[in-house]
Amino acid sequence: MLLAVDIRKTFQSAERRFTLDVAFKATSQRVVLFGPSGAGKSLTLQAIAGLLRPDEGSITLHGNALFDSARGVDLKPQARKLAYLFQDYALFPHLNVRQNIGFGLQQGWLNPRKRITHPQIDYWLDALELKSVAGNHPAQLSGGQKQRVALARALVAQPQALLLDEPFSALDSALRQRMRRELSDLQTRLDIPMVLITHDPDDVAAFGDQVVQVSDGCVREDHPFAGYVRSEP
Amino acid sequence: MQQAWIPLLLSLKVAGWATALNLVFGVAAAFGLSRWRSGARDVVDSLLMLPLVMPPTVLGYYLLVLLGRRGVIGGWLDRFDIQLVFTWQGAVIASTVVAFPLVLKSARAAFEAVDPQLERAARTLGVSETAVFFRVTLPLAARGILAGGLLAFARALGEFGATLMIAGNLPGRTQTLSVAVYSAVQAGDDSTANFLVLVTSVTCVAILLLAGRLVPQHTLLKSG
Repeated sequence: MLLAVDIRKTFQSAERRFTLDVAFKATSQRVVLFGPSGAGKSLTLQAIAGLLRPDEGSITLHGNALFDSARGVDLKPQARKLAYLFQDYALFPHLNVRQNIGFGLQQGWLNPRKRITHPQIDYWLDALELKSVAGNHPAQLSGGQKQRVALARALVAQPQALLLDEPFSALDSALRQRMRRELSDLQTRLDIPMVLITHDPDDVAAFGDQVVQVSDGCVREDHPFAGYVRSEP
Repeated sequence: MQQAWIPLLLSLKVAGWATALNLVFGVAAAFGLSRWRSGARDVVDSLLMLPLVMPPTVLGYYLLVLLGRRGVIGGWLDRFDIQLVFTWQGAVIASTVVAFPLVLKSARAAFEAVDPQLERAARTLGVSETAVFFRVTLPLAARGILAGGLLAFARALGEFGATLMIAGNLPGRTQTLSVAVYSAVQAGDDSTANFLVLVTSVTCVAILLLAGRLVPQHTLLKSG
């Protein structure tokens, strides 16, 4: 993957002012943005996905500009072909597992039918062991199942890259280990580039082929992972 | 007694149309307000909520001024030979205006309760903005909107003041249920009045029960 991010954005409110100033070049297939919460990791990921518009700068993926303030390029999130895994999974509560996974396969103003069949949906139901819960709604799923559904939904449209926002923080530690392994295997199998943001050093150890450290809205270091630094109290 | 059904049917027709119109315009306005980030929003919101606090007769007077033959809108419509004063369509407009805030308030609360993360998720999955609205936002707000629609229907069914001002009290043509009750009492026709009051009460209680059932389930569904 070649993802180049170089963006700035200032948030101004009555109480505080926060400046996001992030620049890094991702060259490996697995990149981790690592830093404490509130450092601007999520904002960076949202900017890459097109959910947040930077004040200036550029975002390039595989040589194509997703955003470039100088040239007036700002692709809509719909056009970026990036899979985004939300921290709390953001599954559609009114749709069952099948409909959630098939959501992006169907354009138009109507949701997929309850019993929608599509080779891609069946493939992912099978691959992620979701067949038995295909007709269930998100409220009836366990944490691990929710994450698998969110992954399947994001991957079904064959995106260019996978963006993950604290993917394991909502899981208990035993499940966290297992889902890390599953995600790692899946990434290897699909050979899809991924950017993962986390504040958990264990995620860095598992996925950090390249680590970008973010703190206070700035990139502090961009280097191959060589141990993490605990922030001083 | 046979004649008692005529105002009931007229009321149902008027309230039905008023509700349908509000489900379009009230929901559209509610969605706009819920997404609009500007200082002017509160002013517009207050203006749109005015019908809730203004006396219906005052509203009716405003409508008469606007829609009457010499009114701004009425004068223009008159050129196409369309008259709203003393017609059941005029009653529909009166009921729509009076019930509008009820749909606006419920629908806006429902839209604001929809997790924006879900809309973002839909965008990253490649569906258009219109599809995001119809496939995510609207279904998740549907129960709240429906509850507002039922309240609006009940309010429109009971509309008296504004309707009387603009549509009058023409038996069989513009005499709605609540106006008929008033007329029956004025005329000393107690049996008709009793019957009409009973029908109105039963209908209103049924609607409120239905609305009450819809709202808590909405919050249940959200916690998914």
